[in-house]
Amino acid sequence: MKTIFYVIQKEFIQVKRNKVMLRMIVMIPLLQMLVLVFAATYDLKNVDIFLVDKDLSSTSRELAGKLEASPFFTINNTSFDPEDGEKELLRNADEMVLVIPRGFERDLIRDDKASLQLLVNAIDGQAAQLGYSYAASVIRDFNKNIIAEWKGLPEFNAPFQINTVSRFWYNSELEYKWYMAPGVLAILVTLIGLFLSGMSLVKEKEQGTIEQLNVTPIKKIQFLTGKLIPFVVIALFDLSFGLLIAKVVFNLPIVGSLWLVFGFGILYLLGILGLGLLISTVADTQQQVMFVTYFFMMIFILMGGIFTPVDSMPHWAQLVNEANPVFHFMKVMRMVVLKGSNFGDLIHEFVALCILGFTFLSLAVWRYRKTA
Amino acid sequence: MTTKIIISGSESPLLRRGLGEAISIQHISKSYKEVQAVRDISLEVQKGELFGLIGPDGAGKTTLMRILMTLLIQDKGEATMGGFDVVKDYKKIRNMVGYMPGRFSLYQDLTVEENLNFFATVFKTTVAENYELIRDIYVQIEPFKNRLAGKLSGGMKQKLALSCALIHKPEILILDEPTTGVDAVSRKEFWEMLKKLQQKGITILVSTPYMDEATLCNRVALMQKGKVLDIDTPRNLVDGYTRKLYAIRSNQMHHLIQDLRSYEKTDSAYAFGQYLHVTGKDDEVEATEFENFLMKKDHENLEVFDIQPTIEDVFMELLHEG
Repeated sequence: MKTIFYVIQKEFIQVKRNKVMLRMIVMIPLLQMLVLVFAATYDLKNVDIFLVDKDLSSTSRELAGKLEASPFFTINNTSFDPEDGEKELLRNADEMVLVIPRGFERDLIRDDKASLQLLVNAIDGQAAQLGYSYAASVIRDFNKNIIAEWKGLPEFNAPFQINTVSRFWYNSELEYKWYMAPGVLAILVTLIGLFLSGMSLVKEKEQGTIEQLNVTPIKKIQFLTGKLIPFVVIALFDLSFGLLIAKVVFNLPIVGSLWLVFGFGILYLLGILGLGLLISTVADTQQQVMFVTYFFMMIFILMGGIFTPVDSMPHWAQLVNEANPVFHFMKVMRMVVLKGSNFGDLIHEFVALCILGFTFLSLAVWRYRKTA
Repeated sequence: MTTKIIISGSESPLLRRGLGEAISIQHISKSYKEVQAVRDISLEVQKGELFGLIGPDGAGKTTLMRILMTLLIQDKGEATMGGFDVVKDYKKIRNMVGYMPGRFSLYQDLTVEENLNFFATVFKTTVAENYELIRDIYVQIEPFKNRLAGKLSGGMKQKLALSCALIHKPEILILDEPTTGVDAVSRKEFWEMLKKLQQKGITILVSTPYMDEATLCNRVALMQKGKVLDIDTPRNLVDGYTRKLYAIRSNQMHHLIQDLRSYEKTDSAYAFGQYLHVTGKDDEVEATEFENFLMKKDHENLEVFDIQPTIEDVFMELLHEG
């Protein structure tokens, strides 16, 4: 026990003396929470529309007015030539071109139907989809109203309509920051845990101190435990710090139990630190650790569902995600923080994280033995 | 300059303490992929002995020490330290042996005191408990006990490393090139410390590429390319050198060595500081013959005289034969 305590003490002293490390521990949560959460938003704002109104009728103007009135759209430019619009799309100056053909109003009155053309810049598929559906709903609304108006029916008493009332649960205002914050917290814990543990063992190798330690009677398990505990503490500190920022800055509602968040945090960290150790037993220099860790981070995070819903990934990717600790932890974070899920709801994640943690840790211990 | 120490070193402790072997190495071989680092080495170090592994870089000294320190497993052969097998009983060995690797391997970002305390704890002891053993060495670095180890000078680092290696009162001390990269004064001090430790009954195995340090050991093994060329006391090694040796210099040293090597009566010619050490074929070449030959080659300020061999001459001779 005393040996482990001394190893822990030694690790803390080393972290304390490492000014870069100290700054990272404080700055990473601040930056990630304040920058990433704000930046990685899918809230639709300010879609610039290029309007080609060849009809110039009162109906076409009314439609344009409806779009302009929506908080999401700005009519940026107008022209009579759709090609001008296409050019603007190419330049990335506008995201959408709405073409109202000549005779739009006439067709609508005479034939009861008319067409519009909507060109959407789909470089960013997600944004395009979102912009398109917002625009389409404005147009649909407009359509519904003119039918009612022309048929002389009161606007709010239109017949033959199924009215869907939707309510979004757990995040009723679709506050994107609330969705992002738990995910970013999961990334934060991963980043800190993986880098700290990966670096620390390889640093002992680089400096040759491992050679001196290997000839002492210290047991591997004592050494590794003593090494890991400080990083669990530091990562949990960052998790609390991040949660505090989310609470204060975004007013993130923390519905579930904090015990559950931290309990899963510890379980998750054991796996992540195990992976970090495993990487550093294989690598010889801190540089190599950086590369390999970065590679794992990229895959874990992008697969883990921070930006894209895992449910819409192909089936094989969802299977692969079972081996992705970030995926499970991110899910736990979102479920507990936003939904207030209890342990019973998280059995699957619990088992998965246990298996992953056990695998990474035992591989690391096994590898460490071989290199010694 | 070291003649006095040779005498005191080579006579006593070996005979006085001859209580058996502290280290026994039998037919040890070790290869790294294609390089054979150690080839069938056998040697024994007696209890209380100060034993030197002498040889240039790549002689296999470090590999041999790492096998003894249980950091590497040999391909062939057996070795014991204090009677314990280096493979089977590695745990016991780690408790009774102190090791100072060739490279400074303490925590550079911990202070002198923190390093010492840390290693004491890892060995399940305290600094106070074994302070007696390290006192002479530690008092020299004590004024800097709050300084980070990485900020110490070379000589200080070495003293700290030695203190850490001694903190658990080992019976055997293994030092891998402790004086490489250390200034002449610190080197001398270091060997004096080793002598004191030996007097306290610690068996010491030390490696060095410096031939002059060989004379400070009780016995030495001369090593080259993974093989032991000879094992004996420094005195016996020098005494066993029966060749007729000349020291030669002129004011054109570069040409001198080329000319001598091209001379058909020269057996070997090596640079030794300011002089060349030269032997003639079958030791039948007289000093005047060298002199006459070199005069013809336009060497000025020529000096040729007989010289007593040193360990280095013995080593070069062994290499030359091999």
